[in-house]
Amino acid sequence: MALPIRYSLRNALVRWRSTIATVLGIALVVFVFVLLQSLAAGIERSSGNTGDPRNLMVVRKGSTAESASLISRATLQEIRYFPEIARHEAGDPIISADVLALVNLPRRNNGGEANVLLRGVTPRGRELRPQVHLVAGRWFEPGKREVVVSAKLARRFANFDIGESFKSGNATLTVVGWLAGGGSAFDSECWLDADECRSIFERDMYSSFLIRPVDAAAGAKLIARIEADRRFKLKVEKEVEYYRKQTMTAAPIKWLGGFLAVTMSIGAVFAAMNTMYAAVGARTREIGTLRVLGYRRRFVVVALLVEGAFLALLGGVLGCVLAFHWNGYTTATMGFETFSEIVFEFRVTPGLIAKGLIFAVVVGLIGTALPAIRASRLPVIAALKSL
Amino acid sequence: MSDRENIVSIRNLSKIYAQGEIQVTALHDISLAIAAGEFLTLMGPSGSGKSTLLHIIAGVDRPTSGECLVQGVDVTKLNESQLADWRNQNVGFVFQTFNLIPVLTAFENVELPLLLTRLGPAQRRRQVHAALELVGLADRMHHLPKQLSGGQEQRVAIARALVTDPRLVVADEPTGNLDSHSAQEVLGILQSLSRQAGKTVIMVTHDPKAAAFGSRSIHLEKGELTN
Repeated sequence: MALPIRYSLRNALVRWRSTIATVLGIALVVFVFVLLQSLAAGIERSSGNTGDPRNLMVVRKGSTAESASLISRATLQEIRYFPEIARHEAGDPIISADVLALVNLPRRNNGGEANVLLRGVTPRGRELRPQVHLVAGRWFEPGKREVVVSAKLARRFANFDIGESFKSGNATLTVVGWLAGGGSAFDSECWLDADECRSIFERDMYSSFLIRPVDAAAGAKLIARIEADRRFKLKVEKEVEYYRKQTMTAAPIKWLGGFLAVTMSIGAVFAAMNTMYAAVGARTREIGTLRVLGYRRRFVVVALLVEGAFLALLGGVLGCVLAFHWNGYTTATMGFETFSEIVFEFRVTPGLIAKGLIFAVVVGLIGTALPAIRASRLPVIAALKSL
Repeated sequence: MSDRENIVSIRNLSKIYAQGEIQVTALHDISLAIAAGEFLTLMGPSGSGKSTLLHIIAGVDRPTSGECLVQGVDVTKLNESQLADWRNQNVGFVFQTFNLIPVLTAFENVELPLLLTRLGPAQRRRQVHAALELVGLADRMHHLPKQLSGGQEQRVAIARALVTDPRLVVADEPTGNLDSHSAQEVLGILQSLSRQAGKTVIMVTHDPKAAAFGSRSIHLEKGELTN
């Protein structure tokens, strides 16, 4: 049987000053790691949470995002009567041709300016996106220069309160309502009538189509049919797949999180090493006594590794608790797909917490390894004579 | 005395330390036999080699040459791991500075050698309790070392030395850090271990009064036996 775990744990707590320093160092590393990863997770969730699995998204072939896509009105006329597309009770095909435009608007409290994504949608477009709902005011009326803005964007941009107006293109748009996208990418958009949007921005083209096929088989057939037609040069995929791929923005944040965590963890490893060398130094005779009583070298190594891992775990728990404080906090950044402000929430998931704790323990074990090996190699007699 | 009656048989034992290019002879050609149940005291001035001899007998140090049979086992031939197991099973240690683990209670300190055995928790508990009873500290078993007096700490250390029921107990200046009253208590316990429990006790001491508790005393000087 190895040394009792309580031996390692109590020793870690006895030297509370150095223990606190090490715990705080590791906590800081884990906090940064988990927080940055939770940012990326928030962005990914925002995109991954968007769309209806029944819908198909149509964009121009080669476009990575709707905002960079252009589809002619003639194409719409060709496609809308395909039999694979579901029809409304009145017989209209369920297809929405959307127009996307970027406008540069001032933030609240003189916080500079940022791009906001305007989506011109038809009534069918709203039907196809049931996760978007009105939380205040009313929907825009076709033919009027009215806009419904995301409630989350309204907290960040000037002139986004209901009843206020802002300049956009050659027109002034009046905010008549706030929408909520249920944690989806639509929380970063402002919606207005599609025809008004085309008119304001003098667009002759649409950006994308959103289609509801009759059923899954019809959907597959429609994808094949549109993509095979060389006249269209369009790409069709499920709406949820399209948004799932829109996570490019998360990549550099993830990378930064990993980079910072690795560089900071080097410091934390040295902090843990320093603490454990001090622990070994202060307990040389104790280690000698254990060896005399019959404890082999590996027991000493394991006891010290347990001690280091325990310290690191305390730091990991503290770091995760600090990071969890930010869970659900709404923030924004510029999306690399749309080049507009995207709003999302920090997502400190159980998986991230597990990663943070594992990361902490690994840092602790690396920091403890050398002192533990040194302790195990101490000659017994010399260790017993140490003061 | 034949080897069979002796618990320790030492023949032509030498220990030479290398300090840089200088060679220091700690023990020179020692031959010695210690009978089972004997309370032997090793005396001599500082640097005479008495602690070195004790450490070699207890399997903590290795000689440069010679033979050291303890209970028929030549401890000089055992490797590091074998020595660790052998010490755990055959020798009880008492140190001048007690060497208790400060973060463990008296009970947990005494239990330490037993954790290396295959005994179950209940049996371990019984043995620890019996050992602490023997040294009169059963009522202090949940105290940390810092909550005990020096004499009590050394009695806990003796309980730890006895808990595996070894035939050999070695003590390196066990009264060196104690007041005279506590020293008397500790020496009394060691003497009764030899006389009543039949343990072989080997004790290093500077103090002639302490040596008087033993059944035999030998002197070392400059690494050699003088009597």
